[in-house]
Amino acid sequence: MKFLPIVWKNIWRKKFRTIFTLLSIFIAFLLFGILMTIRMAFSFGVDVAGLDRLVIIHKVTLIMPLPLSYQNRLQQIRGVDIVTHQSWFGGIYQDPANFFANMAVEPESFLKIYQEFKVPPDQVAAWLADRQGAIVGRDLAERFGWKIGDRVPLTATIYQPKQGQTWEFNIVGFYDGGDGVDKTNFFFRYDYLDENRTGGKGTIGWYVVKIADPSQAVALSRTFDEMFANSAAETKTTTEKGFVEGFAKQIGDISTIMIAIASTVLFMFGLVAASTMAQSVRERTSEFAVLKTLGFSGASVLTLVLAESLFIVLTGGLLGLGLAWLFVQGGDPTGGMLPIFILPARELAIGVGLMVLMGLLAGVMPAMGAMRLRITDALRRA
Amino acid sequence: MNWLSQTFSVLALNIRTIPNRLSSSAVAIVGIAGVVVVFVSVLSIAAGFSAAMQGSGSPNRALVMRSGADSEMTSGLPGPDVEIIKQAPGLRRVGQSALASAELYVILDLPKRSTPDAPANVPMRGIEPAGIPLREEVSIVDGRMFQFGTNEVIVGRGARGQFVGTEVGNTIVSGQNRWQVVGVFEADGGVAETEIWGDVRTLQGAYRREAGYQSLLARLDSPESLDTFRDWLTANPQLNVSIKRENEYYASQSQALTRLIRTIGFGIAGLMGIGAVFGAILTMYTAVSTRSREIATLRALGFNTTSVLVSVLAESLVLGAIGGVIGGGAAYLAFNGYQTSTMNFQTFSQVAFAFRVTLGLLAWGLLYALMMGLIGGLFPAIRAARLPIPTALREL
Repeated sequence: MKFLPIVWKNIWRKKFRTIFTLLSIFIAFLLFGILMTIRMAFSFGVDVAGLDRLVIIHKVTLIMPLPLSYQNRLQQIRGVDIVTHQSWFGGIYQDPANFFANMAVEPESFLKIYQEFKVPPDQVAAWLADRQGAIVGRDLAERFGWKIGDRVPLTATIYQPKQGQTWEFNIVGFYDGGDGVDKTNFFFRYDYLDENRTGGKGTIGWYVVKIADPSQAVALSRTFDEMFANSAAETKTTTEKGFVEGFAKQIGDISTIMIAIASTVLFMFGLVAASTMAQSVRERTSEFAVLKTLGFSGASVLTLVLAESLFIVLTGGLLGLGLAWLFVQGGDPTGGMLPIFILPARELAIGVGLMVLMGLLAGVMPAMGAMRLRITDALRRA
Repeated sequence: MNWLSQTFSVLALNIRTIPNRLSSSAVAIVGIAGVVVVFVSVLSIAAGFSAAMQGSGSPNRALVMRSGADSEMTSGLPGPDVEIIKQAPGLRRVGQSALASAELYVILDLPKRSTPDAPANVPMRGIEPAGIPLREEVSIVDGRMFQFGTNEVIVGRGARGQFVGTEVGNTIVSGQNRWQVVGVFEADGGVAETEIWGDVRTLQGAYRREAGYQSLLARLDSPESLDTFRDWLTANPQLNVSIKRENEYYASQSQALTRLIRTIGFGIAGLMGIGAVFGAILTMYTAVSTRSREIATLRALGFNTTSVLVSVLAESLVLGAIGGVIGGGAAYLAFNGYQTSTMNFQTFSQVAFAFRVTLGLLAWGLLYALMMGLIGGLFPAIRAARLPIPTALREL
């Protein structure tokens, strides 16, 4: 601790150099934070997907509908808690560029299964009372400035209404949720859809089943699929987590691309830090010789150099990661394309770990050099 | 012209002594090369995807979908409507019948070769017999054309490359359906190459669409006859359809994803560039400070400030150029032509494409590298030019 003033003085010996090294590291960890956020965004909230929820889709493909009649049969199987269903609606609000997910659901069972969606009780009551009612995510409501009581028309794409081309909805409530919950969806009532569409009556998109015991997931999946085997609509059951992961994989390996870019960035800027440290130590060869002459041990010289290196990387890095975090708090900058825009604590911790590693790596070579310095050689060279 | 020769002699000295400052110069070069690699390779994804989409479809063909549908996937056309549409003027006819194909566009789940454990949404298209002559760019490159009235299918070249079990001779099992792969086709690199094609009537049965279709693709008499065709269809009160030129339909589908990739690419490369400039500043600053005695000596000998300034800038530009060339070359070698596939969000189905490191992208990369070099050298150059001679000579 008593050597802190020496470390401090040495760091600021060449202000210009220290400042630019700090700035480089700052940029490196700002980028790290942003890259990790993009990586999370393309995993589509797989972290919050429930292990106790199974998704049942048509065996051929997700876009083929399943009969509504399966719901009662599923409900009777032992180990099944709640069964709900969802149907992709694909409605367009004003312009196709305003894309957001809109789905028909069965309100009561839906809210029971998705406990992470928080809706105030009076709004739930309003939804149950209004056939045309819809609840929307907090982020989506903010994006379009919707308030409770607003009437929102969606243009039909898949399901034509009996009259005209638009479906009208009343905003009756908002849902909110923690980090990682997609707050950009629009949910409305299935009974409203089914009564007013011209085709596809009595069918739904996919079932979501909450099971009592997650360890039974595999066995129950097999039970479901066997139950409907050889029927007109065979099924394929996966865990919700597997379902979301499968969806993310279809986009491509964004995660690997982001990690590759982040590694390039950290290598590039780690090199800057290492070069700065090497130079700074080289310039001070004679000073280290003097310190050693005064009785400083090799280990304390090593510590002095590593402390400098760590200080520079940690200061720049924490500021950069901090700014990335602040930026992410501002929400998705693309206006709806990346609904899950968060920088989780785990990534922040990894970032800090990488800073320590970078600081040590950047400082270790010059620090060893300074430690091994032979006083006589060093003084003669100077 | 005296200062020019002075500049050159100082520059030659600088460049000759770069090897002495190798480690610090390498930092600048690696930094700039890293930025260029990321910049060029991320944008090559956007270039490849948009080339696949833009190259799809022809201005000679019109795509008819239900009004309001934003893609073939969400569209639907009843059988009787299709018969009316085929009577419309403005279409190329062979004998009595229009060169038009009413089609189904559905999804088949197949695992990707890169992620064999997860199913991917492979687009499957049911076509009518006119669907092949209608698309002049399509040719069978392996096996043969499927026979109408059977469960035979042909597979696009891109689909065969990306998805498991799509070789000629294989049977694709999908629920209770069995599809016999009998051929592979190509379509000038367009998105059709990611699709699997079969008889629309077989597909109607397999996907329970009764007598319904999703879209109709028709050959126009000439590119100009689109208006005739459209006016006739929109004037008919029995129909509720929208008409798009086929190439414009595909181009509009590529916009959202291309824009997203470009935004991410420019954002990341922009930030990295700022960092690389800091790195270059440090390198050049070191280069100047380790040689402050040399520079001061030159100035004392009568070399003017401009030649010192220009020579430092030029050295920095050389570092930028080396970084740019290394970065561009690495991106080209590693990624050009890399085959992959992603999901097209408009249709929720896969599109196969190849990364394209174009000459234009390489040029932009090099220009960017030179810019980083120039900005990085500016302040150190000014500092070198302003160096007070007596102090510098006294410095150790």
